[in-house]
Amino acid sequence: MMYATRARQARPELFVERPTIGERLGLAHMDWVLTFAAVGLIAFSVFTLGQATLRDIPGSPNYYVERQAIYGIAGIVGMLILARIDYSRFRELRVGIYTFLCVSIGLVFVFGFAARGSRRAFELPFFAFQPSELGKLLLVLALAGFVIDGARRGSPIRRTIRYLALGLAPALLVFLQPDLGTCLVLTVGTLAVMYFGGVPWTHFAVISGGIAALIALVLVVAPAVGHPVLKEYQQQRLTSFLHPSAEPGGAGYQQDQSMVAIGAGQKTGRGDQATQTRLDFVPERSTDFIFAVIGERYGFLGAAFVLSLYALLIWRALRIVTL
Amino acid sequence: MYLRPEDRARPSRLALRIAVVGGVAVTLFAILFFRLWTLQIIDGASNLAEAKNNRTRSTKVIAPRGKILARNGDVLVDNRTSLALQVDPSKLPEDPAEEAAELTKIAELVHMKLPQVRKRIAEEEKIVAAGAPITVRRDVGYQLIYYIEEHKGKFPGVTVEKVFVRNYPEEDRAAQVLGHTGEVSEEELESGPYKGTEPGEVVGKEGLEYSYDKVLRGTPGISRYQVNALGEPTPGGRLTSTPPTPGDNLKLTIDPAVQEAGEAALAERGLPGAFVSMNIHTGEILGIGSAPTYDPSVWTKPLSTKQYEALSSEETGDPLFNRAIESSYPTGSTYKLMTALAGLENGYITGSTVVDDNGYIELAGQKFENSEGAVNGPISLVHALEVSSDVFFYKLGARMWDNNDLQDWSHKMGIGVPTGIDVPTGPSAEGLVPSKQWRDQLFEEELTERPWSQGDDVQLAVGQGDLQTDPLQMAIAYATLGNGGTVVTPHLAKEVMDAAGRVLKEIEPGPRRHVKIDPESRQLIMEGLHDATAGPGGTATPVFAEFPIEIAGKTGTAERLGHLNNQSWFISLAPYPDPDIVTVVTIEEGGFGAESAAPANKQILEAYFAKQLKKDSEEATEEETGEVIGGEEEALLEEAETGEGG
Repeated sequence: MMYATRARQARPELFVERPTIGERLGLAHMDWVLTFAAVGLIAFSVFTLGQATLRDIPGSPNYYVERQAIYGIAGIVGMLILARIDYSRFRELRVGIYTFLCVSIGLVFVFGFAARGSRRAFELPFFAFQPSELGKLLLVLALAGFVIDGARRGSPIRRTIRYLALGLAPALLVFLQPDLGTCLVLTVGTLAVMYFGGVPWTHFAVISGGIAALIALVLVVAPAVGHPVLKEYQQQRLTSFLHPSAEPGGAGYQQDQSMVAIGAGQKTGRGDQATQTRLDFVPERSTDFIFAVIGERYGFLGAAFVLSLYALLIWRALRIVTL
Repeated sequence: MYLRPEDRARPSRLALRIAVVGGVAVTLFAILFFRLWTLQIIDGASNLAEAKNNRTRSTKVIAPRGKILARNGDVLVDNRTSLALQVDPSKLPEDPAEEAAELTKIAELVHMKLPQVRKRIAEEEKIVAAGAPITVRRDVGYQLIYYIEEHKGKFPGVTVEKVFVRNYPEEDRAAQVLGHTGEVSEEELESGPYKGTEPGEVVGKEGLEYSYDKVLRGTPGISRYQVNALGEPTPGGRLTSTPPTPGDNLKLTIDPAVQEAGEAALAERGLPGAFVSMNIHTGEILGIGSAPTYDPSVWTKPLSTKQYEALSSEETGDPLFNRAIESSYPTGSTYKLMTALAGLENGYITGSTVVDDNGYIELAGQKFENSEGAVNGPISLVHALEVSSDVFFYKLGARMWDNNDLQDWSHKMGIGVPTGIDVPTGPSAEGLVPSKQWRDQLFEEELTERPWSQGDDVQLAVGQGDLQTDPLQMAIAYATLGNGGTVVTPHLAKEVMDAAGRVLKEIEPGPRRHVKIDPESRQLIMEGLHDATAGPGGTATPVFAEFPIEIAGKTGTAERLGHLNNQSWFISLAPYPDPDIVTVVTIEEGGFGAESAAPANKQILEAYFAKQLKKDSEEATEEETGEVIGGEEEALLEEAETGEGG
């Protein structure tokens, strides 16, 4: 997400005019570099998806492109609207947001439907709603509110413990769904908010130690004593990146194949000759492994371009924090 | 950020934290770009190769093996296509019950029983290199292919393969020299003549198929097609295909007429034996055969132990054994050629040396007699050869007993040394010329009860005793005399031709060596040999008296240990006095030389000289009737000869 910045000083109004649409949208105050990066990524993703999924659904070659384009447009509209809102106001809603977040995730356990052995979403008439997805954003908003609100209350240690508890409660709920990926995102989000919120380095050192101990406990000690916390496949997902070629065809297969795909792109890519991603050697090419598609189809040029856009995005986002 | 100033973290602290995050981001992006660079630019080529390899599957396309043709283009060996049901053992289910069920299904397909299929697989696994598909049944019908193609899912690992199988239109013709093919075995894959072949490939295992394997074996083609991650061919995914290169054809020196006559002559007598007919100037073998013989097409199917025994046991006469080049025979009087040469060239005798033949000689109390008690009186070399006086040669042998003269001349003429023929031979093919040194050595090692004696050389002088040779070595010796001293390299291959009939290579192995023979010696011996077939007392005169072409020849009647009847030999050089071909016939237990081997030899010569004999008889008829007959036939014959190899 991005947030346009406002001028810090109101400009002198020499003439009273009806503001143009551009002015109403605050275009003049937009960070164009940031916008370029975001829109560029959207456009490139639609383009790539269009080429990569032509034959995926027989009879409707544009199935994925259409959907991606619709989401992209919806996202741009959402961006323009959100850019008009002073997000610091959400601070006042922090308790409501946090409650909604936890309750909606909790309700999934009761009303959600199960897919691939995990309950994560509600079935709504037109689409499936997954509270934890929205929760990623809501948690950051709410937690930021709590951090600012409590900036001067209590000792630093109590504060740190409070933030951790607030952040990790929904993460734990999500972990129980089970949805390890989102759980990790929520945890990292919590730590990031705390970081920018000024939690002392010493506390982070302690937290890092705790995390290391937890990892050791979960991955090594717990399975050894016969009470594994993680399911077998979850554990493999967390560890297989360490040794992708250990079992080709097994847990590391996807990584192996996607690396081959990216490498095969060489300087300028293979275009439609991109057999690795076209012939299913790399699975999930329209979602998780879309970067392999970019790497193979457009080569170093394409992949470096996308990485550059991300770098741009992060640079501008960090820059906004300093404003 | 719109925070009250007091709410904000102290700017310097925040800036530091952002700088840290920025630094981490820069580092991470640097790593990403670096990884991207290594993957795509540095390792790009190998990754691309792997990706390409990923999506392609190759299948081998078998190349047909070259044909083997007779001198005139007659096909001796070619190929027929056969459908073979093959099973890839690695694709069979691991669970024993499931495996049994699967094998039962396969067995039903080919009308076999489960134990039979298991036995076949077990047998083939022993022979065939690991990883090669195993042929369960050969020569299955086309219906089966369609059925298996339609029910692919039901038969994992089962394929119906089109294979080329050797085909022998003339059945047992020249069986032992042609040899046979077979699938390359695991040990053979790693080294030796079959390097570069793949498991399951068919290679030459014996005979000419072996020695000219590189010529005859083609290069398999490769068909490459594109597959998806499940290994299914993708539509339009045919990539490149390298067509198989058929093997080259091999044209032999074999003259089908000579070959047929020789084999018929042996078959008629129904006894084990062999014949060789060879051009004395070039070493081209016109006919070669060994009886009993067999049809090599037995090798195209798996041989049972019983079948193999029938082909190699002593009771059946060991049809696989090539008596023409691998036997260890005494030769009887045909050996007198060597004795005569040694005697003349070393000055023991001249053409006018007269020896008194009173029917026997006595050495150290042992009596050596002429056969059938003949007494020839005073006799010279030419006459001794004509009537085959043993006493003449006994005496000659006795004079050479304590030196190596007879052995030296035997070796010079090719006896007891490898012949250099272009088919593989067993260890027995070298033969043995017994000598003083050889026997004394054996005696020293206590492998025999007595040292070399005069009697040994006396025996050798007439082709008896410990002598071990074979028809081909005798043919070389006679050819060397006939051509005046050139030891030729006997060979069966004449030309290598491509599939279109173009000659790629002519095979002309030069002479192995030259022997200096005094023309006068040659003249004397040739005369004696001629008289043996034409003189009044000639041992073979009764056989050849009516034969219109003059020849030189020698009968042999050899006593062989463990055989009740004598072995019959006859060697001819024809035509006399300037011979072109040498023909050797030997028949085990065939009696006197003139009894069976000489008539058989004549049958072969009749075939070789058929054209000339026919012309002669036509001329004779012409004189009588004044008509020309058979001109048309001859034109046809000529056409057949020039139209070869097309």
